[in-house]
Amino acid sequence: MSVLVNKDTKVLVQGFTGKNGTFHAEQALKVGTKVVGGVTPGKGGSEHLGLPVFNTMKDAVRQTQADASVIYVPAAFAKDSILEAIDSGVKLIVCITEGVPTLDMLYVKKAVDEAGIRLIGPNCPGVITPGECKIGIMPWHIHNPGRIGIVSRSGTLTYEAVAQTTALGLGQSTCIGIGGDPIPGTSHIDALKLFQDDPDTDAIIMIGEIGGSAEEEAAEFAKAYVKKPVVGYIAGVTAPKGKRMGHAGAIISGGKGTAEEKFAAFERAGIAYTRSPAEIGKTMFELLKSKGMIK
Amino acid sequence: MNLHEYQAKELLAKYGLPVQRGILANSAEEAAAAYDTLGGKFAVVKAQVHAGGRGKAGGVKVVKSREEAAEVAKTLIGTNLVTYQTDAAGQPVHSVLVCEDMYPVQRELYLGAVVDRSSQRVVFMVSTEGGVEIEKVAEETPEKIIKIEVDPLVGMQPFQGRDAAFALGLSGSQIAAFTKLILGSYKAFVENDFALFEVNPLALRENGELACVDGKINLDSNALHRHPELLAQRDKSQENEREVKASEFDLNYVALEGNIGCMVNGAGLAMATMDIIKLKGGQPANFLDVGGGATKERVIEAFKLILADTSVKGVLINIFGGIVRCDMIAEAIIAAVKEVHVTVPVVVRLEGNNAELGAKILDESGLKLTSAQGLNDAAEKIVAAVKAIS
Repeated sequence: MSVLVNKDTKVLVQGFTGKNGTFHAEQALKVGTKVVGGVTPGKGGSEHLGLPVFNTMKDAVRQTQADASVIYVPAAFAKDSILEAIDSGVKLIVCITEGVPTLDMLYVKKAVDEAGIRLIGPNCPGVITPGECKIGIMPWHIHNPGRIGIVSRSGTLTYEAVAQTTALGLGQSTCIGIGGDPIPGTSHIDALKLFQDDPDTDAIIMIGEIGGSAEEEAAEFAKAYVKKPVVGYIAGVTAPKGKRMGHAGAIISGGKGTAEEKFAAFERAGIAYTRSPAEIGKTMFELLKSKGMIK
Repeated sequence: MNLHEYQAKELLAKYGLPVQRGILANSAEEAAAAYDTLGGKFAVVKAQVHAGGRGKAGGVKVVKSREEAAEVAKTLIGTNLVTYQTDAAGQPVHSVLVCEDMYPVQRELYLGAVVDRSSQRVVFMVSTEGGVEIEKVAEETPEKIIKIEVDPLVGMQPFQGRDAAFALGLSGSQIAAFTKLILGSYKAFVENDFALFEVNPLALRENGELACVDGKINLDSNALHRHPELLAQRDKSQENEREVKASEFDLNYVALEGNIGCMVNGAGLAMATMDIIKLKGGQPANFLDVGGGATKERVIEAFKLILADTSVKGVLINIFGGIVRCDMIAEAIIAAVKEVHVTVPVVVRLEGNNAELGAKILDESGLKLTSAQGLNDAAEKIVAAVKAIS
């Protein structure tokens, strides 16, 4: 049944009537995702895209029994929106918003952990189970239902891996964009654990980038816990030190967090990896072939 | 965003930290007057630039007369200071901070803090090994760095400050003084959204008092909207001109040393594009993320930025269209190439909705545009095109 989301997941949109909320809710509805309504404070009681608008997340969850929420509010309000979602009783929160202050995330991360709620993002494309449910901004049509789980810090690089695996006929079980911020709600380790425990995922692609040590920690975790084949890729071999490469979390600081250190961690953990972003799909294909998992 | 030393010290003083007395001077005359005001026998004149390693680079001088203060200020102001942390051109010096002289001191300590990604907490670091690069201490004698993790919901507590003070070998009234100092630092950190904070050295003076002799603060760019007073202190002259220009158009641009310009949507894919250019034997000239909406206006601005770098001999555009239609992006690229008068070879890789139609439009444009299929093809084509003309 894949991980996190499936055809039965009922989704609320926070920031529903805004430009981004509207556009991406429409896209999700088009492909059959069960968007059940949304929240825009002050517009409760009205209708948008043929769905009910609520003033508060509590009202929305009470009346729709939604399981998940997706957040498209501006960065200055993201902390408040995530905390409201936690309080409303949804079990999954996906925050697409980019530019959330890091210190806000320290509080938010504590709050989601204490409540036992899964937060994906912020600054991420979202989560998708092809053929069933799309929560976020990723293009639906490049995906294909299959048995590869993909986790990545980068949006378009995830699409790259998706397109490559689709082209090779592998397909995806679920793709989780964990986002490019220094304090993500869900880490590579969390995603690896979800995929390892999912009977519908056969193998895992883990895409990382420079900054922090999450990939190194994930590699160690994979060595100890993950029995399924894993392929790794790291972006930023050519990135200079001390410069933020677009993502708030993509920075080599104090000489730490380089791509080379992360590739070395893959090597130590015995994880198959590629240094070419064009060969992520191919590397997985060959790994599965060598294990006799595909012909 | 970085603060200058004088700005950092002003901010820290507001939180009760004992900072070294200093007066900002924008000219030789002001430096001489500052020397008089300070009234000491010696003073220290420090170039105000966003870079470490100033001392070794000649940006920090001890002076012992108003004339000498003026002389040092005159030689520094208006020049560029090159340190091991800057590029070859260095950072422009527009002002100097004339500080009271505190040396000799008993000891030089270290105080710093970051948001630690692994523990997901603000972590303070203290060390008896101040006055040198902390990265060096971390590498050679990591046991000499004491870490204090702060629970975000509880905040830093006095006992944590005392722990650190004792670990630093302080005694008597210094314990309370240090505890007050580190609690004030934590308050300043969380109230102003610091990303990085460093006082190095933190001097233990002959008279037993503590003093912040330097101050380095880096602010979380994502939080500047709630600190307009700090944003107003931004000194754009310390930043790369093209990077500043890019930020005005919401483009993420970082200058590199190579000759193949890159225009990509998404930060991860932009890095991956640089990497594959290198893998194919070329050198990327920049990182550039045009973001989700690759509109004509944004593509035009992106081209201007890339081509402002005179070493650029070719451009690779790599757009994973996703939800946006590739034929629309192709039209935007053609319009931009015409408007900016691009003369170097341009290879375009479009993926996603209507990618084939997009490639056809590019090929039939009559411009110097080459369409590519996939990342490998794109990187190989631009590397070959640039090699052919250089």
